[in-house]
Amino acid sequence: MQTEDDTAQSSSPRQHARAAELEFKNVSKRYPGADKPALRDLSFKVPAGEICVLVGPSGCGKTTAMRMVNRMIDITEGDILLDGKSVRGRKPAELRREIGYVIQQIGLFPHLSIGDNIATVPRLLGWDRKRISARVDELLELISLPAETRDRYPAEVSGGQRQRVGVARALAADPPLMLMDEPFGAIDPITREHLQNEFLRLQEALRKTVVFVTHDIDEAIKMGDRIAIMREGGVLVQYDTPDRILADPADEFVARFVGLDRGLKRLALSKLSDLSLDDADSVRDGTPAHGQANPDRVVFVDGQSRPVGRLGRDREPEPIGPVGNPDTSLRDALSLIMSDDNRPLVVVDADGAVAGLARLDVIAGALASHNGRDAPAEARS
Amino acid sequence: MGLLIAASGPVIPNFGGASDKCAVNNGFFCWNWFTQHWGSTFGPAVVQHIILTAIAVGIGFAIAFALALLAYRFDWMETPIAGISSFLYTIPSLALFQILVPFTGLTRLTVEIALVSYTLLLLFRNIVTGLREVPEEVRDAARGMGLTQRQILLRIDLPLAVPAIFAGLRVATVTTISLATVAAFVVDEGLGAPIFDAISRGNFKTEFVAAAALAILLAWVADLLLVALQRMVAPWAAKRRSSVVPRSVVRAIRGRRRPISAVRET
Amino acid sequence: MPFAAAGLGQQFLDSFTFMGNNTSHLLHDTLATIALSGAALGVALAVTLPFAVWLGHLHRGSGMAIRIANLGRALPELGLIAIFLAILGIGFLNVMVALVIVGIPPILANTFTAVDGVDPDVVDAARGMGMSELWIVFKIELPLALPLMFAGIRTSALFVIGASPLAAIAGGGGLGEIIVNQASYGFDGVLAAAIWVAALALLVQALLALLQRAITPEGLKAQARARGEKVVVGISDAERAMEATPSHA
Repeated sequence: MQTEDDTAQSSSPRQHARAAELEFKNVSKRYPGADKPALRDLSFKVPAGEICVLVGPSGCGKTTAMRMVNRMIDITEGDILLDGKSVRGRKPAELRREIGYVIQQIGLFPHLSIGDNIATVPRLLGWDRKRISARVDELLELISLPAETRDRYPAEVSGGQRQRVGVARALAADPPLMLMDEPFGAIDPITREHLQNEFLRLQEALRKTVVFVTHDIDEAIKMGDRIAIMREGGVLVQYDTPDRILADPADEFVARFVGLDRGLKRLALSKLSDLSLDDADSVRDGTPAHGQANPDRVVFVDGQSRPVGRLGRDREPEPIGPVGNPDTSLRDALSLIMSDDNRPLVVVDADGAVAGLARLDVIAGALASHNGRDAPAEARS
Repeated sequence: MGLLIAASGPVIPNFGGASDKCAVNNGFFCWNWFTQHWGSTFGPAVVQHIILTAIAVGIGFAIAFALALLAYRFDWMETPIAGISSFLYTIPSLALFQILVPFTGLTRLTVEIALVSYTLLLLFRNIVTGLREVPEEVRDAARGMGLTQRQILLRIDLPLAVPAIFAGLRVATVTTISLATVAAFVVDEGLGAPIFDAISRGNFKTEFVAAAALAILLAWVADLLLVALQRMVAPWAAKRRSSVVPRSVVRAIRGRRRPISAVRET
Repeated sequence: MPFAAAGLGQQFLDSFTFMGNNTSHLLHDTLATIALSGAALGVALAVTLPFAVWLGHLHRGSGMAIRIANLGRALPELGLIAIFLAILGIGFLNVMVALVIVGIPPILANTFTAVDGVDPDVVDAARGMGMSELWIVFKIELPLALPLMFAGIRTSALFVIGASPLAAIAGGGGLGEIIVNQASYGFDGVLAAAIWVAALALLVQALLALLQRAITPEGLKAQARARGEKVVVGISDAERAMEATPSHA
């Protein structure tokens, strides 16, 4: 994860990149007439600029918890602090204007143009026309929609574009906190992945504090800097980084919830750039390569050190197969190795030149070694 | 037809004989007078009213049903049929009755033509909507199991359209009962007749109130009977409506506004 | 009256002659009918709209709104006028009260259903962005409910104008007064007035249809197009207004 503020500023100079710290303090929710509380003594802290994913099965109170932050649902006990200040004393409408809000069904106003939808909160805040108009243009650009989209109606754009507009609308007044309730839940898998990546790219620049609700553990692992796993009855079971949750589930429930393939999921969190690579025996194309001790390490390269072939187990040259790069996840690397007779994977650098070889046992070892790679989480219950 | 405007000035009242003190004083509702005149006035009027309504709804249903099947089979026919029937529906009842008089005279036929034309829109729309609202996947499954077009219509579409058809029948019946009071402008029949009789007696209140109350009561009873009939014909439909799934959840699943046509059954 | 082609044509010819000779009288009575119906519709709107919008916004009282609508349908217009003849006697008040009662149910049912049925996610998003309740009602719910609400108003106008000639028996005036007074105007007058009332009702529906089209937000038209719904608003649209009136208890 990048943390340098200059990176955040550079891609969108007008963003203030301000974000608020969010803290749940012993928050409980009890609905009148219900015998069990919907949320029980929820406590955790989301550092400014991080994505916190609330995840759990239906009925675990994750949406309730999220909706208490902007007081769409009243807090029964405890408190929620936004930058150290309680939300309980705030006027709900004013508080909500400071918090971005994205829901699964998006809830775009069908009778207003895309531009007017995005301008909703700035208008509520009484910005002047010029500023609103400039902001709308800026946001359309940020979500890579053409400028003429501002005059179209929600029904006239695609589902993916509507979802982007929903995010832009929530970002309009540059809120220090965003609440997102299954924002990509109702979208086809391909578009969803696209939007997830796009949002992560945005977040890298904007560095908002985000509370993200989902029931999909894979989405949680992908999107979250931290994950709060909740179970039925509104209990927080584990609050930690994705890697630590996968490496060290707090209990049987979490282990089951993250799945038996949690080892593989952890591999997906690391990239080849996290691994120490073996040196390859690079051989210029055409030079005979006999007499090498281990044919697996032999890579034929061209003039720019780019791989063109390698030596087969039968010591006959063969053309190069798929190669990895620094951004390839360990999970994908493992898959490539296993479909290639367990031979080490050729890894190239950004220029396409051979950087080294990734061995199966090194990847397996990474699972064990990067336990505790990230900072330990502050709260665990 | 003579003067049908209620008298505003003093007229010689004729409140059905001086024997009844309440009637002589033109009380709001004189029970004795009402019971005395049940056999001669109100009973026959109710029977005539029922007959006028039953004939109109029966013929209207037959015509609307045939038109609905046509529109269901040939999409392009829906707009003209709906257009003509809403044109008829828009004409004020009193005007339509009078406009028909040159054609069919001061007869029952005039009354029935007018009443039938008011039922067409209500019945046609409901039957067509009911047929069209049969889920496409249900129809597809039927086709996949080898049912012919005709079998699909008889065994799938029509049974599933029963609730909508009954909704239309109920509205059409209640509306016809209401409009049949106006028939008294043309023929001396139905519950409108005592209302005109009351005017001719010099605004006799008991007769006004009794006739209006009987018309309302009749509409109410007819509606209840149709509900009971629907329960017998399509018992599953009643259960379907009292869904245990909250409306908000249903809406969330649908992910869109309820279609206007669904509002009909709310 | 015999069903004779010659007589038939003659009767309509006579009525047109009547129209020619009594144009100013008919125009005067037409204006009276419009004024009476308009006033009744106005009162019905003023009484019903705030109440129905408020109930719809709170999602409360759906049972009551629908029961009132059904009750309204069962009320015979002539019977209503008769009952108010007994209570209020002859005159303007009687006619007004009866026509207002006729006009209320479609407005109430459609307005409630329209506001209550606004996509809850849209309202949730509006609230979550910090709109006040009043703002939500006026800027979100009312614009989105407008087409269905207006359909109810059209139906209401249809019922009120339909009942207005009947009001003549209670001294309501207007074109109905000619229709119920054959003794003074002759059948040619009755027929002429009936044709004028029918034309008036059709004209009002056509104008309201155009108005409905004009006030439907562009975004909703786009939505209807995107869903492949027909956006036909013409005289034949009166039936769509009817559909929206709940008929089930």
